[in-house]
Amino acid sequence: MTIERDPAPQFVEFSSPERLVSADWLEERLETPGLVVVESDEDVLLYETGHIRGAVKIDWHTDLNDPVTRDYIDGEGFAELMSRSGISRDTTVVIYGDKTNWWAAYALWVFTLFGHDDVRLLDGGRAKWEADGREYTLEAPTPKPTEYPIVERNDSTIRAFRDDVLTHLGNPLIDVRSPEEYSGERTTAPAYPEEGALRAGHIPSAQSVPWSKAVADDGTFRPLSELNEIYRDGAGLKDGDDIVAYCRIGERSSHTWFVLNYLMGFENVRNYDGSWTEWGSLVAVPIVIGTDPGEVPSR
Amino acid sequence: MSEQQIPTQLAEIRDDFLSLELRDRLQLLLEFSNELPELPDRYRDHPDLFERVEECQSPVFIFIEVENDTVRMFATAPPEAPTTRGFASILAQGLSGLSTTEVLELSDDFPQSLGLSKAVSPLRLRGMTGMLARAKRQIRLKTLS
Repeated sequence: MTIERDPAPQFVEFSSPERLVSADWLEERLETPGLVVVESDEDVLLYETGHIRGAVKIDWHTDLNDPVTRDYIDGEGFAELMSRSGISRDTTVVIYGDKTNWWAAYALWVFTLFGHDDVRLLDGGRAKWEADGREYTLEAPTPKPTEYPIVERNDSTIRAFRDDVLTHLGNPLIDVRSPEEYSGERTTAPAYPEEGALRAGHIPSAQSVPWSKAVADDGTFRPLSELNEIYRDGAGLKDGDDIVAYCRIGERSSHTWFVLNYLMGFENVRNYDGSWTEWGSLVAVPIVIGTDPGEVPSR
Repeated sequence: MSEQQIPTQLAEIRDDFLSLELRDRLQLLLEFSNELPELPDRYRDHPDLFERVEECQSPVFIFIEVENDTVRMFATAPPEAPTTRGFASILAQGLSGLSTTEVLELSDDFPQSLGLSKAVSPLRLRGMTGMLARAKRQIRLKTLS
């Protein structure tokens, strides 16, 4: 770690407390060499309306996704993105964003696919920063390009593909979408646009734990005792479990991946980014409709 | 669709976007977003009149007024959704003052002609397409009755 971690007491109980920073910690360290702040939002223009001083913008649609293939950018693309964002391989990156860090967690997950070591979330994201009355600026930084190495993505440890999910059946699955999407009443989040799945419902045996349960009203992560109630007591997760989380296109589930992996210490957690827009359109895969998880079909 | 069929005020908006580099197109969209007018008094207390645009990720509501065959579009969206506000503002400025026929004959693909799909992504642009479709539907309903 290039920059010391935030020793704030609310993070100490988490399995990887170095993955979170508080607004106080960040505000004191803005524009410290070796630290780059990244904003990643659902709304592509929100950064332009005001952002944390010195923060660069990385957009999930236009920067992290490959424009042609349904996949992420490759090692070369990531190196180029890092270079123009002023990020070196050993830079401490702090990501924050709108919607309770929904897209920030997604960006953090993509950074992790490329093995960027020190990447953290600003607890509470934009909402908390604003509620605290902290400052924004309109001024966009002009980062000095860096020499970022070309590192290929490692899709094998924290990313699950559809065939991985098929062989995973029988192990814990967490469906982080809304209850309406889980039960099959609809294929998109309430009030969200149709993103194209031909069938509604959920993957057999998946437990429904909407992603936002992990955050408190002020947008910060809930304490460990409450997370344990939700994911261990509620969804039945146990130490040593091999877990796959999914949502609609893999963004809300990266938030849950962050919680399970870095806050609760589950070691084998993968995000199925194909998620419902893929599973709900695949031919001949099993689907369950209704509020019960349902059984894994015998093979 | 031939070029001549686009009313001048919409063609001007389109040409303004197309004359800019990708990054500056976002800035122009932000300007539109900031220019989205407040609702006039007569509509401010009438949320019942407004239709939610379900195709947009953020809560945006539109209302079409038709008087003497002239269209006016009103929209409201929160400040934390500047992209959606920008889309609404383009349509509010671009459609208001046109005749009902001019709006109904406008191509449903007008949002795709602004050169924004690379800057904001095609998925996000769908919100504007939905908004235009709903505006047209409101006009059809109003001109029938």
